[in-house]
Amino acid sequence: MSPRFEPAIGRYLHLDLLGQPHRLYVEEAGSGIPLICLHTAGSDGRQYRGLLNDARITANYRVIVFDMPWHGKSSPPAGWQNDDYRLTSRDYVRMILEISAALELDRPVVMGCSIGGRIVLHLAHEHPDTFRAIIGLESSPKVDPYYDTSWLHRADVHGGEVCAGIVSGLVAPTAPDEGRWETLWHYMQSGPGVFKGDLYFYMIDGDISDKLDQIDARRCPLYLLTGEFDYSCTTEGTLEVARRTGAQATIMKDLGHFPMSENPEKFIGYLLPVLEQIRAGKQATAA
Amino acid sequence: MLENLAARVNQDANLVRRGRSVSTTFLIAIDNADHLVRVAEGKVVEIKPGPFITPNYSFALRASRESWDKLWSEQPIPGFTDIFALVKKKLLRIEGDLHPLMTHLLYFKGVIAAAGKGALAAPRSGGAA
Repeated sequence: MSPRFEPAIGRYLHLDLLGQPHRLYVEEAGSGIPLICLHTAGSDGRQYRGLLNDARITANYRVIVFDMPWHGKSSPPAGWQNDDYRLTSRDYVRMILEISAALELDRPVVMGCSIGGRIVLHLAHEHPDTFRAIIGLESSPKVDPYYDTSWLHRADVHGGEVCAGIVSGLVAPTAPDEGRWETLWHYMQSGPGVFKGDLYFYMIDGDISDKLDQIDARRCPLYLLTGEFDYSCTTEGTLEVARRTGAQATIMKDLGHFPMSENPEKFIGYLLPVLEQIRAGKQATAA
Repeated sequence: MLENLAARVNQDANLVRRGRSVSTTFLIAIDNADHLVRVAEGKVVEIKPGPFITPNYSFALRASRESWDKLWSEQPIPGFTDIFALVKKKLLRIEGDLHPLMTHLLYFKGVIAAAGKGALAAPRSGGAA
């Protein structure tokens, strides 16, 4: 194989986030409509490598992927050692808005998966005019705790091993081995307590069931894509969101909870028509 | 139902490598039929069918035959592809000292999956859900 660089550029963004100085790792590729991509709980932006490398997407979209604070190559804020990490709906929404403002993005599209697929529903509820369109991957209104998350953060259990073990069944059984194990590797590298801290939002604080009816997909187009093998964010949960908001929902065959990293090629096949619709909407408005 | 499990696990060098620090006995219950599975350094060294008077094990996985059949189906069925999928549906109960399970979760999931390969699983009773 001849050596080659991928087109994505990775840089560290220094900014004040949630009232504290932060050093955030951001990757991007392409030009056109800004597309912010939000990774899942306990993982990082590497999940979106397939999109960053797909010329069919980057020809018309500026794909922007950041590692949330505490995740990937984004450090936790100074003093992190004095507290347990815990993600809340309020902080998550603020984080996305503040990063978007820092990058001076003009009505970006925002797409998130799992916790990202949940927070985009909060954005659709609270800030529908800020975004050109919203894409929820593996979106559901809530997920009740179904195991004791304290197992994910205790010194006598290897965090990387147990986090990967917990999520391994969420990858579709039909996923290619390379995508499955790449996805699990990201979980194996997560910092201590980070996955657990994200799940506080996912299983406790981020429940949006009672606000779904106030989301109007006519105000900000809302697209939902969910893998048929996802038993965490179930297809039933996604269809409920669609029914109550007017969103366009698609159930993706042969995909699980991590479509963009477990099987990028198959996922992009579902994503491209959505991105085309959003682009067409833009052109229609401009005309 | 579990008669070939030891051979399936022990022939899988990668699975044995993953479980090389696992030595424990755990229980698989299929309906009311208990089985004690003894693991030593990643190999399944004994599977003892019940009933037992005083079974000694670290953790137990209990589910109906119908649920195990779906988990071990040759054709993956959405919602029945993992023990935690069954836990979420309240179709499988994990009891006891979970520490050995959680410290070696990928290994034990591999062992459970090995039970579903080929002729090991009970004949499918009717269509998939």
